[in-house]
Amino acid sequence: MATTTLFTLHLCRFGQSFSKKLFSTSPSSDTLLNPHHVTFHHKLRRPNSSSAPAFFRRFSTVAAASTSGEVNYDGIGTADEKYDVIVVGGGHAGCEAALASARLGARTLLLTLNIDRIAWQPCNPAVGGPAKSQLVHEVDALSGEIGKIADRCYLQKRVLNVSRGPAVRALRAQTDKREYAMQMKSVVESTPNLSIREAMVTDILLGKNDNVEGVCTFFGMKFYAPSVVLTTGTFMSGKIWVGRTSMPAGRAGESASHGLTENLQRLGFETDRLKTGTPARVDIRTVDFSGLEPQHGDKEVSWFSFDPDVHIEREQMCCYLTRTTGRTHQIIRDNLHETPTYGGWVEAKGPRYCPSIEDKIVRFQDKESHQIFLEPEGRSVPELYVQGFSTGLPERLQLPLLRTLPGLENCSMLRPAYAVEYDYLPAHQCARSLMTKKIQGLFFSGQINGTTGYEEAAAQGIISGINAARYADGKQLIVLERESSYIGTLIDDLVTKDLREPYRMLTSRSEHRLLLRSDNADSRLTPLAHEIGLIDDRRWKLYQEKQARISEEKKRLRSVRISGGDLAAEVSRVSGQPVRDSSTLESLLKKPHIQYGILDEHGFGNIELSRIEKECVEIDIKYEGFILRQQSQLQQMVTQQHRQLPEDLDYHMITTLSIEAREKLSKVRPQTIGQASRVGGVSPADITALLIVLEANRRKAQEQSRYKIMNAMRAKALEEEVPEVSCTETVSS
Amino acid sequence: MLRASEKPNAVMAHLPALRVLLRHINCLIPPPRTSMPALCTIRATCHFLLLSPKPRKLHATATSKGPENHALLLNRDERVARNVTPSDVVEKGSTIAAIVTSLGGPPGAVGIVRLSGPSAVSVAGRVFRPAKRSKNNDWKPMSHVVEYGVVLDSEGNVIDEVLAVPMLAPKSYTREDVVEIQCHGSEVCLRRVLRTCLEAGATLAQPGEFTLRAFLNGRLDLSQAENVGRLITAKSVAAADAALAGIQACLTRIWFDLILQCNKISLRMQCIELLTEIEARLDFEDEMPPLDLNIIMDKIHSMSQDVESALEAENYDRLLQSGLQIAIVGRPNVGKSSLLNAWSKSERAIVTEIAGTTRDVIEASVSVNGIPITLLDTAGIRDTDDVVEKIGVERSEAVARGADLIIMTVSAVEGWTSEDTKLLERIQSAKSSTGSLIPVILAVNKIDCNPRAETDWDRGCQSHDIFSKRVFTCAVTGQGLQDLERAVLELVGLDAIPSGGRQWTVNQRQCEQLVRTKEALERLQSSIKEELPLDFWTIDLRDAALSLGQIIGEDISEEVLSNIFGKFCIGK
Repeated sequence: MATTTLFTLHLCRFGQSFSKKLFSTSPSSDTLLNPHHVTFHHKLRRPNSSSAPAFFRRFSTVAAASTSGEVNYDGIGTADEKYDVIVVGGGHAGCEAALASARLGARTLLLTLNIDRIAWQPCNPAVGGPAKSQLVHEVDALSGEIGKIADRCYLQKRVLNVSRGPAVRALRAQTDKREYAMQMKSVVESTPNLSIREAMVTDILLGKNDNVEGVCTFFGMKFYAPSVVLTTGTFMSGKIWVGRTSMPAGRAGESASHGLTENLQRLGFETDRLKTGTPARVDIRTVDFSGLEPQHGDKEVSWFSFDPDVHIEREQMCCYLTRTTGRTHQIIRDNLHETPTYGGWVEAKGPRYCPSIEDKIVRFQDKESHQIFLEPEGRSVPELYVQGFSTGLPERLQLPLLRTLPGLENCSMLRPAYAVEYDYLPAHQCARSLMTKKIQGLFFSGQINGTTGYEEAAAQGIISGINAARYADGKQLIVLERESSYIGTLIDDLVTKDLREPYRMLTSRSEHRLLLRSDNADSRLTPLAHEIGLIDDRRWKLYQEKQARISEEKKRLRSVRISGGDLAAEVSRVSGQPVRDSSTLESLLKKPHIQYGILDEHGFGNIELSRIEKECVEIDIKYEGFILRQQSQLQQMVTQQHRQLPEDLDYHMITTLSIEAREKLSKVRPQTIGQASRVGGVSPADITALLIVLEANRRKAQEQSRYKIMNAMRAKALEEEVPEVSCTETVSS
Repeated sequence: MLRASEKPNAVMAHLPALRVLLRHINCLIPPPRTSMPALCTIRATCHFLLLSPKPRKLHATATSKGPENHALLLNRDERVARNVTPSDVVEKGSTIAAIVTSLGGPPGAVGIVRLSGPSAVSVAGRVFRPAKRSKNNDWKPMSHVVEYGVVLDSEGNVIDEVLAVPMLAPKSYTREDVVEIQCHGSEVCLRRVLRTCLEAGATLAQPGEFTLRAFLNGRLDLSQAENVGRLITAKSVAAADAALAGIQACLTRIWFDLILQCNKISLRMQCIELLTEIEARLDFEDEMPPLDLNIIMDKIHSMSQDVESALEAENYDRLLQSGLQIAIVGRPNVGKSSLLNAWSKSERAIVTEIAGTTRDVIEASVSVNGIPITLLDTAGIRDTDDVVEKIGVERSEAVARGADLIIMTVSAVEGWTSEDTKLLERIQSAKSSTGSLIPVILAVNKIDCNPRAETDWDRGCQSHDIFSKRVFTCAVTGQGLQDLERAVLELVGLDAIPSGGRQWTVNQRQCEQLVRTKEALERLQSSIKEELPLDFWTIDLRDAALSLGQIIGEDISEEVLSNIFGKFCIGK
């Protein structure tokens, strides 16, 4: 009877067009014929389930494929080397991946080259900025850590683009780099299910079915897990450059990781090299700030995290502005032959959004001066980050160059600027779940996928962490659609488009950014995080209460009407528009320049609402028309865009596609029509051709499966009695 | 359960097998509600993943290379979901429109504009007014029931009498909601109806798109299906052939097209440039010099004007083909026929001193700025007992009703008379029967006989603000005829056209692009007026750039970014 219930239930859910899809795929025939083949999983809900019998069903295949003993999960002595998820790398991607995985209940191992450098900020210790802050909010909405740590360790916070619209408003925090690393390290260390170990991973262990089984380290250790996340950053065959001199290193003073690239290549992965750099650091005590323009933090501090527990204000530090001088430009012009790009010994150009100072001076010769930001790196460190001043000049020229800047005339340099070159794996080799297409259970995240930035790394990290844990658990992988979030946009771009430079998130990369704001990151993503078990009950309760308050308040503003009075007078003065009698508060908020604050001032506000909640209410009401229009545009588009493409489609055989499209699509192997349309070189005509092929294939499959089903039914009819279940009504309805 | 119900017995008899199958399919496919996987599918998937009573093993299939059965998450902003009523979110997929009867040959008696898509009915409802009007404004057609009515443009003017044939999903060619509007077969008429539909929210169908939709929605059988690809390519080949033929037949026209292309590209480039300026500020706030909003607004304004003038070309195009019908009406013996003769530089109409000389409608052709104009001289309208003249008067009134424009002639010598007032009333009543307003020009003729009349008329005319324009003419000397032509051009919206005529023509596709661009720019200007933040400007600028794009769905972001990096010194 249980099956019957299930059956009816599904029918109801399927609704009318059930029949159409019923025959639309051809499930493997043996599954079809064997009712016992369908397996059900117990939902894995831990942290503390110590018993969890034979953790993951998937392991059955793994165990069968490997030598006995090694993969025996019940074994006592070797239990330490066997995990559900192994994360390689302890940077911003690695930390989020390991935390998400462990929080989902997977036994997770974090392997890093140096435990003291967990969550290190090797470049500018800053978090957020346009588009990046949205990523941080989204990661936080999924219960990631980056936003909380940045909120705890900030030196200065500013909201950028304040008056330019809610979607581009961006929080940026200067953080204390030592404190940041320590805080993150302590979170990682204290998370249940998460172990840390220093190791240099040199190889991937493979199972028989092109699946990952674990990793192998330089010293010969083997760690086993069905899911492995690689977050190698700049370390894979990393090489740093100062002037013409180079040495193998992942970062200044830290050894590179060798061997892994070759082994990945051996497995058939395509690798390539990228380059990035970081400017010099000067001693803050040797800088004369008296003549420089200070840049203070916001008086009213904003927060990355939706968790009010980390909203603790602290004293802010000041940043300063200086400018390049004629002398700076002179030194650079005189020594252009000493720079890698213009000297001609490095082919690769740096990212366009992060040009070296020599690039700026050569390309924009008419600009007499460029802004340089001086930003402290911590409360207890004397280092000052010289933003906008990265250079490939040799070290002997760097100090003289720094000393041409006003305020830095007598400075001493603590670290020279350097560039770093590293291996990455073009991300078209990953699916949007960030699992590689070649090897099941292997995930890539962060700079290994060609991105730059802590926020981009964290965003990928949390997705790969979630999926690694889910994969190990035998669950469906999660994909954030492009339209759902900046995280989705980031990953979609990475796996679909050709990369010319390290990828940085920018608001202009999102087609519907009005819908992907910081303020609604939680209402977009937290429900998902809750459903998959990442958000704990406390956060979920907070979230629900917040949404309820916002919703209630919007209802109240729609119903409360005013006629005349101080508020009406002020509103018409500020907005320059008349206020009609018995206007709702909602209609007042829709007028230009009217903010919730005005309601507060005249006693029409709701004192129970927090500043953030008021902002949400204001945005929802003020821009309702635009938001709805974008939403409906999106939905029109999505109809076709989300049509799935079969994975085994042989594009080379589709002669109606252009040759270029066949090649590009074979390489990228997009998962949806929308993704296919974003692959460079694929025209709308190609998309039409694809749709036709899909439909023709579907029809063929339908014919076949109908034939098979009929045969199967006939066979069954001979074997079994007809059970007395009256399902006909449901069936035919 | 369409297919299964074909064999109900078999289904009943083999339930266990079916059950297995169902369970299996439950694992593999998200529950579809429409034949195209739409939003609801995705939502359902998600819902499915999360709330499914039993977790499912998803990577059981041996053929699959990985567990790529993903949960797809669409923007499910709970906050938005809370204030959106379901009816706001129903529209899935676009609604397309096209003229489906052949164009180019001699006009057929009837032509058809077809709409297909989820909002076909609502788009049709916006342009179509059934003769039997229901109380509420929503058009709720019954499927496969023909309705008679008129098509109205956005300003409420009647464009044509039509029959609307609603065929609701799935019982239609495309298996979507389809509305076919049968209107008069001339190209001008069809294009006007199509344009109205486009303005009401439909998009212009690609060649073969109806058939493509029919196929994708499972309408054609497999053997037909395999021909669809060929069919569509064949269509584009045919189009190319037609284009080739066009080159030979009409080189100049192609050349005109090219000019417009250039013009359009530059419009698109202007959008991209503006986007570059704005986006650079949004992504690199603290590194950029401040934006000069006035310059931006000026640019937007001049772009709007460019689009307007390009659309005017479309108007002009239409007029080039159809021409204008101008009826000259008035009391007897005010000089209507003289006016016609003077204007057409002919002796087409007999002119005498006897009132009521003209008994029938007399046509003469003139060309104003290249637009063919048919002048219709009519019998003087008055109450008469003469049988022949009476018929003439009736005809005059009929002609006035059917004209694009009316020139009401009065005599400067006699001034405004009570009969003129009566006549005006007649014209007015004639107008209300068709529902649309025909512009009327007041021509004060015989001005040479009473030059002082010009000042007197100013007062007299105020009471009759029905007149769109007033000119003083003298049919004998030809005085004021140029004023008359100018007034005519102004009224049909072509006053800005240089006397040499337009340099280009606009085809349907370009017209759609221009309509969309115009809408986007109008929204943009209202955003500016409402002082919305800068980010909101980019939304409509993007739309404008996309509408002007050569390819649907092209990637503007990358272009804007390249521009930003090329133009500005950015980077820390």
